[in-house]
Amino acid sequence: MTGFLTAVSGGLGQGAIYVLLALGFVIIYKSMKVVSFAQPAFMMAGAILVSYLTPRFGFAGAVIVGTISIGLVALAVERIAIRPMVGKAVFVIAIITIGVDIVVRVVAGAFVGTDPLLVGDPWGLDTVSIGDVQVQQRHIAALVAMIVVVVALMLFFRFSSMGLAMRAAALDQEAAMAQGVSVGAVFALSWALAGGLAALAGVFAAAGNPIDQTFWVVALAALPVIIVGGLDSLGGAVVAGLLVGVVESLVRAYHNDLFPNLATNTGPLAPYVLMMVVLLVRPHGLFGTKEVERV
Amino acid sequence: MTMVSPQKGSQQPSDRGAARPTAPRSRRVWGRPDLYTSYRQDMAMLNTRPKQLGVLAIVVVAAILPFVTSDDLLKILGTGLVLSIGAIGLNLLVGYAGQVSLGHAFFVGVGAYAASAIAGDPEGRYIGFGVDIVPVWILGGGIAAAVAGAIVAPIATRLRGLYLAIVTLGLVVIGGYIFTEWRDLSGGAQVGREAPQPVILGSDLTVDGAFTQEQKLYWLFLVVLVITAVLARNVARSRVGRALAAVRDRDVAAGVMGVELGRYKLIAFVLSSFFAGVCGSLLFVANGVFGPERFTLLLSVQFIAMVLIGGVATVSGSIMGAMLIALLPRISAELPSFLPFITSAANEHPNIFEVEIALYGALIVIFLLFEPRGLFGIWVRIRTYWKSFPFSY
Repeated sequence: MTGFLTAVSGGLGQGAIYVLLALGFVIIYKSMKVVSFAQPAFMMAGAILVSYLTPRFGFAGAVIVGTISIGLVALAVERIAIRPMVGKAVFVIAIITIGVDIVVRVVAGAFVGTDPLLVGDPWGLDTVSIGDVQVQQRHIAALVAMIVVVVALMLFFRFSSMGLAMRAAALDQEAAMAQGVSVGAVFALSWALAGGLAALAGVFAAAGNPIDQTFWVVALAALPVIIVGGLDSLGGAVVAGLLVGVVESLVRAYHNDLFPNLATNTGPLAPYVLMMVVLLVRPHGLFGTKEVERV
Repeated sequence: MTMVSPQKGSQQPSDRGAARPTAPRSRRVWGRPDLYTSYRQDMAMLNTRPKQLGVLAIVVVAAILPFVTSDDLLKILGTGLVLSIGAIGLNLLVGYAGQVSLGHAFFVGVGAYAASAIAGDPEGRYIGFGVDIVPVWILGGGIAAAVAGAIVAPIATRLRGLYLAIVTLGLVVIGGYIFTEWRDLSGGAQVGREAPQPVILGSDLTVDGAFTQEQKLYWLFLVVLVITAVLARNVARSRVGRALAAVRDRDVAAGVMGVELGRYKLIAFVLSSFFAGVCGSLLFVANGVFGPERFTLLLSVQFIAMVLIGGVATVSGSIMGAMLIALLPRISAELPSFLPFITSAANEHPNIFEVEIALYGALIVIFLLFEPRGLFGIWVRIRTYWKSFPFSY
């Protein structure tokens, strides 16, 4: 039972990282109807930037500065590479984001270097005991940060005028424009938010381990998350992120009991298999809006 | 293009091939290359004389190229020819049928392993059946990949657009795991297994004889590419191709008009996977050894790049794109002599390997922003310019 709870706690921590990433995907999707494959690169760039900033600003300061900087980078990318393509087929824009992802990732990867690169977080691999269960501090921190972000986003979308504008643009772009909403500003802000969220996720994903060239692969698991939750559901992203995190962690922990014949751990596969299963039952994810085709 | 159909009704296109219309033979009007006097002429594979002559010239030049090119460049060109096969396959799915797939690397992998297993040494360390006849293992690789495509298609045809892209991305991850884990087949990570031996009529093409290994393999690849390109072009201009284009342009409208969506998406998936399998079976023949780490998302993205850089929904564009991508490592290796800040040392930055990968991304973005029709679009512009020379339009 203790082992089970340890796995669940680790899964919730990992799931919180997925939630932060998935929220970025969903915010962009809701505003532009495009899945941005550039999120992994922003996550990697964010973690690397923070690890360079920590000696100067301290960890907390570095996280704030790093998150805002990557948000601005995402803003610039939107302006240069994405804005000219508005109105083109969504898959073309999605492919452009793949191109952006590759470029940003290679540029960021050049700063990894040969020495182990640490974000300089205060938690490392330390644990606290809750009952019999050893819970890693970084997982608690990720979970707390995720809850703070979700609440902040909720307040932002509900009570600020820009949040209202974003909701309006997501619902009906033309109607929103007719009411005086600047859809361009909505696009820009959604990319900046997504970039910042990815950078924040990167910090927690890198906590406790050195960053290497394959660090961005963590963010790919956020793609199954948004599919499981539904591409256009912020609540779905939160639920599915935690669900995928826990399932992955449980499969990882019980791999030897489940599949004694397989040498490589099946944990990283779990999100994708879960995605396939969910799609077979619900092609629009658990909470996604069903697409209505009008002829 | 003008199309004159003197006897409407009697010349309906017949795709089944069984009942050839007994319409009067179409004839070309001298000096009017764009005037078609029959539907058949308009839909011909190479519907103008310059196209016929041009393609013939390109094939002839490609065939005699090994005599005048160095072997190391020939090896790169050969890889480009093989990649072209896969790119044509992906273009059938993405370009003609409009189904975005990031899973092409998986099908290439299935083809590579199936072909290696069919041709492999039965006494060797890995699964092998010892059938080293070239057409057998090429077709075997293609069919194995097509079967894999048919298995995946029922899930894939339920999905549209970006959902499909992400699911096929998952396919690459799951496939990569299977390839790595199935050590009897693949040799495991970082180890790999041997590629199939290209033996034609008892002579091994990888052994230098009257011609070098690179020359012989290049010709083999060229022959297979020409066959697959003709096949793809014929699919594209047939009933199936028109149905795929209808599905791409507006699937609901296509469905209303009687195009069975599920069936044609399945056909697109199976065909594309078949081409990917053929590509996979040949891709590592020149190197001799390949490991499961070759079939990652990067390979899928490279194929997407070939299609987009070359030209969506064109066969010739796919080949141009694949050639450019195949030459990219060579181009980036030449860069340090022009741009001194780029090094060729792997431990310094920015090095040529980083530049090469960044170039894929940059080329995708630049082409989609400035020339959405790809290299083929550039060619069309040049052609139109000279066609209407000296008038600009």
